[in-house]
Amino acid sequence: METDERPETVVVPDDPAGVARARRRPGRRTLTAVLVLALAVAYLVYRTDAAADSEDAWAFRFLTDVRNWVDTNRDTSPIFLYGLNYVRLAVVVLVGAMQSALYGLGALGLIAVVGAIALVLAGWRTALLAVGGFVGLGLLGLWQESVDTLVLTLSAVVLAVLIGVPAGVLAARVKWVGATLRPVLDVMQILPTFAYLAPMTLLFLIGEPAAIIATLIYAVPATIRITQLGIAEVSATTVEAATALGSTRWQVLRKVRLPMARPTIVLAVNQTIMMALSMVVVTALIDAPGLGLNIIFALERVNVGAAFDAGLAIVVLAIVLDRVTTKASLRPAGDRVRRVWLIVLAAVIVAAAVIPFSRDFPGDWRFSFAQPVNDATGWAEVHWYDVTEAIKNTITAVLLNPLETLLTTTPWWLLVAAVLVFGTLAGGWRTAVIAALATAGLSGLGLWQHSMQTLATVLVATVMTMLIGVLLGVFSARHDRFAGGLRPVLDAAQTMPSFVYLLPAVAFFGASRFTAIVAAVIYAVPPVVRLVERGIRDVPATVVEAARSAGSTPRQLLWKVQLPMARGGLMLATNQGIVMVLAMVVVGGLVGAGALGYDVVAGFAQREDFGKGLAAGLAIVLLGILLDRLTQGFSQRKKVFRS
Amino acid sequence: MKIRILAAALTAASLALATGCGGAKSDAGAAPDTKGEKGTVKIAINPWVGYEANAAVIAHLLEKELGYKVEKKTLKEEISWQGFETGEVDVVVENWGHDDLKKTYIEEKKVAVEVGPTGNSGTIGWYVPQWMADQYPDITDGKNLNKYANLFKTSESGGKGQLLDGDPSFVTNDAALVANLKLNYKVVYSGSEAAIIKAAQQATAQKKPLLFYFYEPQWLFAKEKYARVKLPAYTAGCDADPKKVACDYPDYKLDKIASKKFADTGGDAYTLVKNFSWSNDDQNKVSDYITNQGMTPEKAAEKWVTENEATWKPWVPAK
Repeated sequence: METDERPETVVVPDDPAGVARARRRPGRRTLTAVLVLALAVAYLVYRTDAAADSEDAWAFRFLTDVRNWVDTNRDTSPIFLYGLNYVRLAVVVLVGAMQSALYGLGALGLIAVVGAIALVLAGWRTALLAVGGFVGLGLLGLWQESVDTLVLTLSAVVLAVLIGVPAGVLAARVKWVGATLRPVLDVMQILPTFAYLAPMTLLFLIGEPAAIIATLIYAVPATIRITQLGIAEVSATTVEAATALGSTRWQVLRKVRLPMARPTIVLAVNQTIMMALSMVVVTALIDAPGLGLNIIFALERVNVGAAFDAGLAIVVLAIVLDRVTTKASLRPAGDRVRRVWLIVLAAVIVAAAVIPFSRDFPGDWRFSFAQPVNDATGWAEVHWYDVTEAIKNTITAVLLNPLETLLTTTPWWLLVAAVLVFGTLAGGWRTAVIAALATAGLSGLGLWQHSMQTLATVLVATVMTMLIGVLLGVFSARHDRFAGGLRPVLDAAQTMPSFVYLLPAVAFFGASRFTAIVAAVIYAVPPVVRLVERGIRDVPATVVEAARSAGSTPRQLLWKVQLPMARGGLMLATNQGIVMVLAMVVVGGLVGAGALGYDVVAGFAQREDFGKGLAAGLAIVLLGILLDRLTQGFSQRKKVFRS
Repeated sequence: MKIRILAAALTAASLALATGCGGAKSDAGAAPDTKGEKGTVKIAINPWVGYEANAAVIAHLLEKELGYKVEKKTLKEEISWQGFETGEVDVVVENWGHDDLKKTYIEEKKVAVEVGPTGNSGTIGWYVPQWMADQYPDITDGKNLNKYANLFKTSESGGKGQLLDGDPSFVTNDAALVANLKLNYKVVYSGSEAAIIKAAQQATAQKKPLLFYFYEPQWLFAKEKYARVKLPAYTAGCDADPKKVACDYPDYKLDKIASKKFADTGGDAYTLVKNFSWSNDDQNKVSDYITNQGMTPEKAAEKWVTENEATWKPWVPAK
């Protein structure tokens, strides 16, 4: 079954169950059993004693040399003098302009302008929400941090749109551009955010420029993909008609394709904003200002309450930005903003710019949830200590440690062979070769042991994610009221940037691998629930009806009809889940999860570990490719965006 | 307000022009020098509360006594040094050794300078809760650690004893020490000072075994007793190669580092940073205010400053 050909689409299609059509080859089960047996024997014969990785692999030395070269030549080499340093400078200028604009309006001025923009683009309800939300940011005492976060997000979004929209148009219109971009975007979308922060600081030093470029890399694939989709979807007959009337290609693009694709392009901007926001928070690790710093600060002090306030502020920002842009994208293609509204908007902006509002949020009244949240956590920590400790120790001893031992004692060539064999069975030889090369690369980087430890943690977390996700997803699909109640929770959970979840996990489970597992499960469950629910709901009503009339009980209906038919959705959910789990597990390096994540953190922090950190970043990318390819072998490739 | 935006745009444009033909240096775009006027002082904040105490008091005096603005930058130790190069950081107010960084940034790149001691003396070492030292008297000799490795097993230590470390960015040789002293232990990083303290308090309160990396000045030592584990004594140069270290940590004279630019143009602010010097007790007091008495660093600094005028008065340069 060759599932390598991926559809262009970036959204979940109406029929994710399509994969279920794939045929099983005769005798495959026997073949699989024989191969598993052969691998088990090979493992028993050749297993290793899991000796620790060398501290001095060639890859580490090479990367440290690269760092040293960059350090000495940053102000002399033409690559920097005439290239990268200008990129950095350009971003500095952009951020400076954005900062002067947002701060120049003053606190009340900014709120008024945000309200006016929301009113013009999305109507008065959203405008009220926007104004209320921004006032809330001020009342939380996080005004300046929120504006800093907004500055970085908007700067990154401006760049992403400037680069992404033209690239998306090109990818849709020029075949080879689309074909070249696709694998690049694939890899960019599975890059765990944590992996490329260090290379960014190497090229652009610490601070806003590196942060914005990292954010750009994270967010721009969404811009490109969705724009491409929008342009490709423009109806051929309309284009035909325009061409028949004598329009040039340029005219067709400007007058037909772009206007007709406008709602989709606005959706692209919406997705870009949401992704940029969550990434900007993570870049606090490389000295970007804003709410992310509050969260790091709280993490360093194990202060759950402080992180709660900052997390809340991020959710508020996310909701406001999301609602405004979503409403804007829902406008019909031909609908133009009325001129009178534009005049009102311009007037508000000018007024806000001219009236000298204070830069800081006015008034002294502030509200914080920190104290009650800390009290509650403090209570839970004391009273639940035995329970949380027991859960942690049981899962670690029963699942995590045995799996880790198995993986770390497997010689690298045996795992490569296993990946090759099962990859071919599951998804065709091309998938298998890529996955096997990625596996071999882990060993080539000199980080085999750490990679296998991370892999073990990822697998355990994925199993837990799928268990919880499928349970909730099935329940949601069968109970509309439950689904309705769950939806806003899932929405909020998905707007939170990943490392917010570390804090509650740390508070309850201390510094351990299990802590990373818990955070990863919280992070990855929402999309899994969505995909599973969708998969089950998409089972045609006629099929369900037929099964019912044939006398199926609800349980039989679920196990024999709905779940098998939703297989495509389930596989897609696994793919999504595993990629997200990996991203989170490596962030767990911040809180004692060790292995590759720790290597990356240490690489930031200690000069002599820089090379190893960078190599670990690469290893994480390879692990991502490996897991993505293997799970994709079973499902079709679709990146899921919040619908 | 509009004028300010325009001004910013013009500055940006002129900066781009100024750096035009020669290519852009890595500090291009940093704020222009504010020589002669009271500007902003950018203080790096490294992630432990003692550091924060130093920074809080210096920031308070800069703002309230000298009329500067202070920007605090939450950064790890080594990343702060990079900040000297980019202009993101003016001063680091508690530096632990870091001879390799001094060599790179002070001697080779010449972007930073030493600004003298903070008056605090620093110790780093391995500790166990006092009840363990009472119960197993020979545990405080590093040679006997292997005998007790079983006590320190946790879910994370893979069958060996666990040595709990802090933030990966802290100054530590522990991984090398465990290997070179042939100890049957595994270093586990808790991620932060707060996490070690929490573990240490739990170990004391619930009589749980714990071997951990810790340091002074540290407010916790005034509240609870911990015993230091002796490792082979430090001799000058025994830690020269970070991979081959097999000796205890040296005693540190904690000091301050500033960017070259700040040293040259910082005026009164630089003088105040240079004069700053206090005792471990002073620092522990402020750390305690911040950690245990629910004060913000600003409030804590204010309290200390009102109570200790005699100590800080001489730091402030005469008008």
